[in-house]
Amino acid sequence: MLQVKNLTKIYDGGVKALDNVTFEVPKGQFLAVIGLSGSGKSTLLRCINRLIDPTAGQIIWDGEDITAASPEEMRRIRRRIGMVFQHFNLVHRSKVITNVLAGRLGYVNPAWSLFNRFPKEDMEKAIKQLERVGIADKADQRADELSGGQQQRVGIARALMQDPNMILADEPVASLDPVLAHSIMKHLEEINKNDGVTVLCSLHFLDLVHRYADRVIALNEGKVVFEGLPKEIDDQKFKDIYGRDAERVG
Amino acid sequence: MQNKKASPWRSLQVGLTVLLVLLIFAYGFEITDIDLEQLRSEQRQQSLQRVTRALARPDIFEFEKEEQKATAPVYVTCPADGTTPMLPSLDTSVPYAIVTPTCAEPGETVTVEGFNFFPNANGPVRFVPGNDPTNVVELGNDTAQTDADGHFVTTSILPKRPSEDVQFIRATMRRNLGVPRFTETAKITWEKIVETVFLALLATTLGTLLAIPLSFIAARNLMRPVRSPLASMAFSLLGWPIGIAIGYLVVSQIGEISASLTNSIAVNLASVIIAPLISWFVFRWAMPPEELAVPSPALRVARLFALLLAVLVGLFWLFQLAQLITNITLAIRPALGRAGFLATFLFQVSDILRVITPALGALASGGVLSSFLARIGQRVTEKGSKASVKIINIVLSVAAGSTLFGLLGQLIAWLYQIDRPFYTTWGPILTGAVLGLILAIFTRAKETLPVGLVIYTITRTLLNTLRSVEAVIMAIVFVIAVGIGPFAGVLALGLHTIVSLAKLYSEQVESIMAGPLEAIQATGANRLQTIIYAVIPQIVPPYISYTMYRWDINVRMSTIIGIVGGGGIGFVLIQNINLLNYRAASAQMIAIAIVVSMMDYVSSVMREKYV
Repeated sequence: MLQVKNLTKIYDGGVKALDNVTFEVPKGQFLAVIGLSGSGKSTLLRCINRLIDPTAGQIIWDGEDITAASPEEMRRIRRRIGMVFQHFNLVHRSKVITNVLAGRLGYVNPAWSLFNRFPKEDMEKAIKQLERVGIADKADQRADELSGGQQQRVGIARALMQDPNMILADEPVASLDPVLAHSIMKHLEEINKNDGVTVLCSLHFLDLVHRYADRVIALNEGKVVFEGLPKEIDDQKFKDIYGRDAERVG
Repeated sequence: MQNKKASPWRSLQVGLTVLLVLLIFAYGFEITDIDLEQLRSEQRQQSLQRVTRALARPDIFEFEKEEQKATAPVYVTCPADGTTPMLPSLDTSVPYAIVTPTCAEPGETVTVEGFNFFPNANGPVRFVPGNDPTNVVELGNDTAQTDADGHFVTTSILPKRPSEDVQFIRATMRRNLGVPRFTETAKITWEKIVETVFLALLATTLGTLLAIPLSFIAARNLMRPVRSPLASMAFSLLGWPIGIAIGYLVVSQIGEISASLTNSIAVNLASVIIAPLISWFVFRWAMPPEELAVPSPALRVARLFALLLAVLVGLFWLFQLAQLITNITLAIRPALGRAGFLATFLFQVSDILRVITPALGALASGGVLSSFLARIGQRVTEKGSKASVKIINIVLSVAAGSTLFGLLGQLIAWLYQIDRPFYTTWGPILTGAVLGLILAIFTRAKETLPVGLVIYTITRTLLNTLRSVEAVIMAIVFVIAVGIGPFAGVLALGLHTIVSLAKLYSEQVESIMAGPLEAIQATGANRLQTIIYAVIPQIVPPYISYTMYRWDINVRMSTIIGIVGGGGIGFVLIQNINLLNYRAASAQMIAIAIVVSMMDYVSSVMREKYV
């Protein structure tokens, strides 16, 4: 269970990215976060694993206060939260397998990382995760030799290496074509359904939300403007979320 | 863009600018002594001609020579009675020379003709003073060249050496024999150019190795997020000097223990083999590769001590290894013959090992103690109540401030030889304490301070200051420290390489993509792991490129660093220029040009290949 209470983030320039955001995510739910660009979706997801430090408010995950965690506790919390990014964020010049193994960095002893050594079980596990997302044959290629869809699969494999209890997906399909988008979303859905991993996924397209999400929250200028089931978004709600002039497409 | 309207004000502006530029350049001419009159001077033109011609004939090859000599008799001042003096008859079957007329006054021009010499040979035709045809001294600067029949004609001005008796003009014709061979100058040039290239190589290696870690702490994007609470900061500041002192004492002690054990080569050999094994197993136990549960405090302490033990054993091993290498090299050096430089290399390595082990140990211990204390400070700040944290902050900040300023005071006392404890000890300690107190009072209890940015700023300032000092000037300092020779050059170029590469590298670190950094952090990686897995893969190509570029610069620099005594080819070059030995200087300049352009080419090829 993830509880976000009165979360506020004000950036150095005075921009209020999140404004008193409060919501809960039960374990195992697929939650979609929607909203316009700049509405605070990315900031919200990054506050949950403290890539961005919130200005005020609390995030409690399975009874543990993430906002008050020390750097060492944070390391242990982060390794249970996988993250998938819009631009995949792979290390281009490293091999695919190295990118996947990087998911274990929260577990391995930092001293061993100096020598780029991972335990044997991790190597096997990495291959298994690549098989799971269907690109085990690319393991020894450089990450930037892969196509966009393949790179996002590597990103998912990296998140899976963490044995996550929760995955934060920050617009995971926004840089992919519709066909690839569905295949990536299916992977996330499969992880959500089979492994019971909580997924928080920010999305742009409402058809994807309808198809995959259990529940939706919508942000507008840092405030939660809608919270409920995907099918509850009618035309009126849509205009509340996306503004008066918005029109539905797709 | 809209057209600007012509206006008197604008014309005036342009006119004034032109006038200003004119003034600046006029003053520049005055300052830099631009004066073509110098070029027109006859004497300068002659010297220039001589130098240029010498430079055009680099002293690289020479031939085995064969020479023929002949002396032609001549009377300087004709006899007073006006008769033509009788000359001894000449053997015309061998090379011979005759002077016409046979007598003349000093300063008059005579014709010298030679016969039966080697064809197409050349050499000097000079006056031999002192009535003795075997005298080796010759006067004058005339030369002659024989034709295909071995005949030459030249003119010569008689010197002011009047004498009653017969005097001589000697013609020495030389011709080349066999194939050309390298001159002594060429050999020295080769030796020195090799020295130059290796000087540059070592300086680049040294510089690169040290510049890499420096570049990370001089990169804004990596250092900005580094913040820590005051207690942690003060603790880590205190940890450095204490840790360094303890480390130095302990490591020196180990060194002594090690030295007392090295009399027997068997013990030496055994400890070199056994020590790393012990160290390795202890390390393996203390550093499990992967751990899911949080270790208990007791286990943590045990591991800490185990690690300490591993490090101590490791240091002992370093000392033993150094001793073993020394023993072995001393034993085998005579047997190596021409490969003796390998033994010398190993010997020097063992010596370096022995010298830097205590320093490394001290630094490592300082770093470990500092980060350990910093962690304690962090925990105390997290767990303690606001009031108690505030008190701890004040105490620690005062202690750290007075320690820092006290040490700075000692440095100043040493630098300026001030022997007044009030100014160099108590004063700074008090100032530090007050500053620490002020900082602690104005910092909120649990606030984190941007320690990363402070370190970044200090490092950048230091780098920029050092970078502005040219390597040649650094070399002057190092020549004083370690004596004239290539070692001083290596140190000077190395230091300059460190600071300039660290700056270039850190700019590359600052321009990496932030995405992978974020992704690696999100997996729970700590700072070190983030650097290894997200930063380093991104900066390898520019690092290689800059290192090659720097090697290129270092080769060029090392050619002139010898001018101030830093070894390399510059030393002989400046010597030859000062001795007016332009043909040798020319050979060395050609060598420099070849090496530098080759380096240029190689580095551009390698850069293309790797980047």
